[in-house]
Amino acid sequence: MGMTITEQILASHSGMEKVTPGDLINANVDIVMGHDLSIPEAITKLERIGVDRVFDQERIVIIPDHFTPNKDIQAAESCKRMREFARRHRISHYYEVGEVGIAHALLPEKGIVVPGDVVVGGDSHTCTYGALGAFAAGVGGTDLAAAMLTGMLWFKVPESMKFVYHGKLKKWVDGKDLILHTIGDIGVDGALYKAMEFTGEGIEQLPLSGRLTMANMAIEAGAKNGILQPDMVTVEYLKVRTNRPYTIFRSDAYADYADVREYDVGRIELQVAFPSLPSNTKPISEVGDVPVDQVVIGSCTNGRIEDLRVAAQVLRGNKVAPYVRLIIIPATQGVFRQAIQEGLFEIFLDAKAAISTPTCGPCVGGHMGVLAKGERAISTTNRNFIGRMGHPESEVYLSNPAVAAASAVKGRIANPEEVVKS
Amino acid sequence: MILRGRAWKFGDDVDTDVIIPVKYCNTTDPQEFAKHCMEGMDPDFHKKVKPGDIIVANKNFGCGSSREPAPISIKALGISCVIAKTFARIFYRNAFNVGLPILECEDAPDQIQEGHDLEVNLDTGEIRDLSIEKSFKAKPIPSFMQNLLRDGGLMNHLAKTLNLRRI
Repeated sequence: MGMTITEQILASHSGMEKVTPGDLINANVDIVMGHDLSIPEAITKLERIGVDRVFDQERIVIIPDHFTPNKDIQAAESCKRMREFARRHRISHYYEVGEVGIAHALLPEKGIVVPGDVVVGGDSHTCTYGALGAFAAGVGGTDLAAAMLTGMLWFKVPESMKFVYHGKLKKWVDGKDLILHTIGDIGVDGALYKAMEFTGEGIEQLPLSGRLTMANMAIEAGAKNGILQPDMVTVEYLKVRTNRPYTIFRSDAYADYADVREYDVGRIELQVAFPSLPSNTKPISEVGDVPVDQVVIGSCTNGRIEDLRVAAQVLRGNKVAPYVRLIIIPATQGVFRQAIQEGLFEIFLDAKAAISTPTCGPCVGGHMGVLAKGERAISTTNRNFIGRMGHPESEVYLSNPAVAAASAVKGRIANPEEVVKS
Repeated sequence: MILRGRAWKFGDDVDTDVIIPVKYCNTTDPQEFAKHCMEGMDPDFHKKVKPGDIIVANKNFGCGSSREPAPISIKALGISCVIAKTFARIFYRNAFNVGLPILECEDAPDQIQEGHDLEVNLDTGEIRDLSIEKSFKAKPIPSFMQNLLRDGGLMNHLAKTLNLRRI
């Protein structure tokens, strides 16, 4: 029996020739990531057992991205504690406000994660890095502390599910629609405890940004990790970003899968996830009349330059509907600069969009666009749980950037074809 | 270890934003977390719960974020144990790491009703509903996880392994 890419990476990091789903292993970790909510938790755990050291200051990444720039005094105190920890331990990958971005956009952009890595992060969307052919999984504060201290963590080797995408993508349809459609198909626990392996020519057509979007939302189907086979797109992406040597693992042809699902992407329409689960998806043609108060374009799911280009394409020459707020949040300073250089900010400003410095902000109902009771938003983020973006009686709908931008113009959930004259 | 308490019932896919919204996570004080436990479903939940009470839910309990305040808020509120058909994986790890006992059981959540008196034997995985006099068997806790619980969570386990001070 062969091994999947996930099993191969876990075997290579635990000194085993072969691992099988269900095995409990202790694996070496290449990169440990935490942010302003999880790092303070981890510091507390380390203090409780009286240690003040880390396994390797080059392999720990500390990212103030959630409540930054500090939204209130508590956030300021947390960030200060985290900053002092980073300085004391000379953490090389500490990024201050002004150079930071949303972790899951920033780490790939900086070339910090490479194929074949084992990455753990104190954030559930750590699975994003699987788009680079790494094993990446989210953990809580205690696991984060343990990994920061020892450079190792225990894992149960997950079963893998294979998702094969055939065919050619329809216009405006991107990685977000593929993953929303998939989660709608299997449900929010459809891949519980499992690895989701995305493959097929439908995936090969996607730029790395779209692949990151797909791996990002593996957790929304309950998965341990999402993973893609690196190809020339991956290699080209990494070429200008890192000198770190890496190994490209590949699932054996005769590897064992718990399930294999195939999709014809040519039949997948633009998708919208209705409240209050990411699996509650409908194709755009079945959405009906859903007015919105706020639109958010950004986040670790869809805040990359490719996402902003699509938004600009839809917004060009259009205006945001009266009484609707459009908030655009480039995910990193690099994306922010690139968007200015490409003239996208002109288009956004002409359309009457608010543009924010990089932050997770509204996605977690933190700041920069929290919803009032009874308000409704469509957002390019990844979760639409009850109260996610603010008041428990507010609503969040999820979509790709083109649908979100069109919805801002129309003041209701809209197909980009209604706004862009082709 | 035997736990006794009343059942509080929840449905499928109870997510971490419901268990504790992120706006309350900017602290490390468990008692603060406890005040907002389950706020998304019932803002008065923390006032109604008595120490020892047990949460009984359907599938995928704790889905969503990796935030450890989710199991910490439940533990700090005095909930002795959570029983569900399945748990989201990060929540599952976090619960063991912070010392909140959780049990996976396919049958119990369908039959136990809100307010029923329950008795749970963590060693054998036996769940007894005293109100309807029925008994259920939970999936056994893997021995590796039992070791973690016995050591008082992952940090204590590490402290022991690395010969450090215990919490």
